[in-house]
Amino acid sequence: MSADTPVISCKNVWKIFGKDPKGYLESMSPGTSYDEIRADGYIAGVKDVSIDVHKGEMLVIMGLSGSGKSTLVRCFSRLHDITGGTISVEGQDIMSLPEKELIELRRSKMGMVFQSFGLLPHRTVLQNVAFPLEMRGQDRHTRRERAMEVVKLVGLEGREDYFPRELSGGQQQRVGIARSLAIEPDIWFLDEPFSALDPLIRKEMQDEFLRLQQMLNKSIVFITHDFDEALRLADRIAIMKDGAVEQCDTPDRIVLNPATEYVRKFTEDVDKARVVHAGVLAQAGAKGEGEPVDAKATVQGMARMLVNDSREMIPVQKNNTLIGAMSRKAALDILLGTEG
Amino acid sequence: MSETTHSLTSNAMPVNKGQAALSLLAVAALLTVIQYLGLLPEWLHRLPEAVIPNFAGWLDAIFNFVKDDMGLLVFTRTLTEGLEWLLDASANIFFGKRRWPNIGPMSWTALTAAVAVVGYYLGGWRLALLAGGTLVWTALIGQWKIAMQTVSVLAISVPLAFVIGLSLGIAAWKYAWVDRAIRPILSVLQTLPFFTYLLPAVIFFKVGPTAGAVATTIYAIPPMILMTTLGLQKVSEEVVEAGKMSGCSKFQMLRHVYLPSARTEILVGVNQVIMLCLAMVVLTAFIGMPGLGAKLLAMMGSFKLGRSFEIGVTIVLLAVTLDRMSKAWVVKQPEHFERGTPFWKRHRMLLLGVALFVFFSLLSRVVPIAAEIGRGQDLSQGRELDDLIKAFLNIEWVKATTGFLRAFLNVQVLIPFRNFMLSIPTPAFILLIAAFALALAGRKQAIYAVIFFGFVALSGWWDRAIITLYSVIAAVALAALIGLPTAILAARSEKWSVRMLLVCDTAQTFPSFVYLIPAIMLFGITDIAVIFSILVFATVPLIRYTIEGLRTVPPEMTEAADMSGATRMQKLWNVQIPLALPTMAIGFNQAIMFAFFMVIIAAFIGTQDLGQELQRTLAGTDLGKNFVLGICVALMALTFDLTIMKWAADKKRALGLP
Repeated sequence: MSADTPVISCKNVWKIFGKDPKGYLESMSPGTSYDEIRADGYIAGVKDVSIDVHKGEMLVIMGLSGSGKSTLVRCFSRLHDITGGTISVEGQDIMSLPEKELIELRRSKMGMVFQSFGLLPHRTVLQNVAFPLEMRGQDRHTRRERAMEVVKLVGLEGREDYFPRELSGGQQQRVGIARSLAIEPDIWFLDEPFSALDPLIRKEMQDEFLRLQQMLNKSIVFITHDFDEALRLADRIAIMKDGAVEQCDTPDRIVLNPATEYVRKFTEDVDKARVVHAGVLAQAGAKGEGEPVDAKATVQGMARMLVNDSREMIPVQKNNTLIGAMSRKAALDILLGTEG
Repeated sequence: MSETTHSLTSNAMPVNKGQAALSLLAVAALLTVIQYLGLLPEWLHRLPEAVIPNFAGWLDAIFNFVKDDMGLLVFTRTLTEGLEWLLDASANIFFGKRRWPNIGPMSWTALTAAVAVVGYYLGGWRLALLAGGTLVWTALIGQWKIAMQTVSVLAISVPLAFVIGLSLGIAAWKYAWVDRAIRPILSVLQTLPFFTYLLPAVIFFKVGPTAGAVATTIYAIPPMILMTTLGLQKVSEEVVEAGKMSGCSKFQMLRHVYLPSARTEILVGVNQVIMLCLAMVVLTAFIGMPGLGAKLLAMMGSFKLGRSFEIGVTIVLLAVTLDRMSKAWVVKQPEHFERGTPFWKRHRMLLLGVALFVFFSLLSRVVPIAAEIGRGQDLSQGRELDDLIKAFLNIEWVKATTGFLRAFLNVQVLIPFRNFMLSIPTPAFILLIAAFALALAGRKQAIYAVIFFGFVALSGWWDRAIITLYSVIAAVALAALIGLPTAILAARSEKWSVRMLLVCDTAQTFPSFVYLIPAIMLFGITDIAVIFSILVFATVPLIRYTIEGLRTVPPEMTEAADMSGATRMQKLWNVQIPLALPTMAIGFNQAIMFAFFMVIIAAFIGTQDLGQELQRTLAGTDLGKNFVLGICVALMALTFDLTIMKWAADKKRALGLP
């Protein structure tokens, strides 16, 4: 496997629920819509999705409830068997894996965090965290040591012997996160991990999560129905509707160029200035004058400069090399909204 | 998808359903009128003897074939030996039967102390007091040995029923075909009158404790299966997925994820197993099981009310103790200790229990009264109580009241009602039941009703079945007259609801047998006593579910009613009762089931229904007849069960209640 092979690659994946999904998919004419499938008595959980997850990136799958995002992530780990298409994890077709190897894959490569935590109520924090290690047969001593390590990592030191019911929601999710990290997975699935938490705790957990990610640098599939959360965390966002991916791109490109009407509605109320970076606005051929701005700077971050400056074109640099220039007017349009 | 079609049909149905039910009713009424005019040919009134198939004979032939030719008897008798060995060992430990391991009996003080510690561990001082107090009472009243005879069987039956029920429950959850195979059997088993369990047990497992233990075990298995399956199905999807993502193999999933997550339901199952075992083990007195039941039976038979009363109290205390302790176990959560807590501190209760047990065991070697309370040392007041009760019943106004009730109810209400029911021609009666099922539930239930009651007619026991049904209906109607107003009154205040529910919960744990005691005390051995005991027994679930139903009406609905300016009565009739009705229906259903159960037990008092015939079969080896009678009762009960439960489910869905 070469370095740029996607960690997860799925091609034309279908997941249909109903009496005879396989037979239905085969007999179905291409281009059948979600509603037509529904009228036939089937539900298209995932509808012809092709998407890749690259090494070290955070892909956020975004959609309203029932859009199929949870189903899709469960197909990645084969908690659901897909109806059509292929999914390969690190180059290996997971649908062809026998049960034993699938279990092995989950024991060594995958970790998952659940919306309602999915903690085992009869086990203490430490026992919950050590659970995946226990399942793969590690001895008591090593698994205890490792579990302590992760418990410390998520900041639950001193609570090891508590039972889940004795913890707050935020703390319970920390246990869930610790458990998913115990086996040092390469791929990390998070299914709306913060949706069940209060807004304040949610913010705190997002920061905590970003801190962890900076430390661990895993390949992440993160699911959320909260667009702000997606913008905050994502390298790339995939927006789903009725089982299909509407658009998959970086946050600023989604905000600037929504591919469909549905995506546009989503992005309508977003404060674009906080999302769009100079890097996206830079026109490759153009030349600017004077002091360059950094590609990572948001329009909002440059607001004062944009208003006070008088240059037409401002150069943009990435890692200290010029990549082009952005038009000040375009940036101001994003900041203030287009005239008229 | 299927749901939409379903609601479509049920929307279109009512008109047809109601009309069809009405026309069935009309035909039934017509037949009855013709019968009254004396114009109905005899063969339409009752099935002639000649056409009644010999079900009993056929069943006997099948049983004999299975028993002798297929060697089932040899097999079960071999099982008997193993079971006997277990029972003997437990008998030795509990009351010193001279068998292996020859270490018993435990002294009453030691057991009492140990049980009190367990009570304290599970539920604090109150439970310790209840558990200890029950055993002290039992010992002091001079019933230790018979109580231990009962307990020694429980000690074997409960674990057996638990293990079998759990395994079958897991199998039914895992394999759909097992579930499909088991479910109908379970619903029949749960409505089969207990007498039906007894005879096969006797034939296959000898008279006495072994047969009693077998019947007890089998009787207690169904709820364990249901609770296990329910618990396993209820494990949250995310916990299951978390287990899978942790890389659990199939066995690891079951052992580490499913079973521990279903702990609550499984323990509730254990509670039910214990309570059903106790209820049944008392009843196995009918097939010669020694213990509390046998003693009670003997005392009631010889009309020694004082002693009966004392035994009744012991049984009730035992039931309440076992119930409270197992329920406390359900809610008992593991507690965590800080790191470095020493061993003795972690296991303080265990050590205390063992220490007390050893101490009292040693003490009782020196002090005989700590080991056993001998004859003449007990504090039983049987004779005095007897005189007291009889004196009370002889007081003028008491006598007048019971006498009046006896005369009035019997002559004015019950006997005319019974005669009326008996006068309805068989086909008319079946149509009546079908109309009832059709109106409440639907076509499917109506067809079942016709098939089930058709079988009862064919069985040749129609008149006795109708008398059984009459007792049930009369008692449940009276129970509703008493229970519903009580429940509605109690539900008006939170305090009284809680109190009433506690009373009902407690009363429901009593083994049904003890309900006969007050009935016999007040009314002697008469029809009224039968109705009275059923009535008391059936009132309990009625009150309970009515209160539950009224209490669980969503507060925003009652608030909306208040804000609309409804008076208390208006609120009750227009908001609370309609919303509580589905739950109340479940209570009605349970009352009817309980009544069917009790009417069979009440046969002991001497009735003319199926129960009495059933009891008669116990004396002989009429296995076929025993089964036919049992199935008749079960089918009648099932008809009501299917209809009312369907109605309640439909209504709940229509109201959008959970």
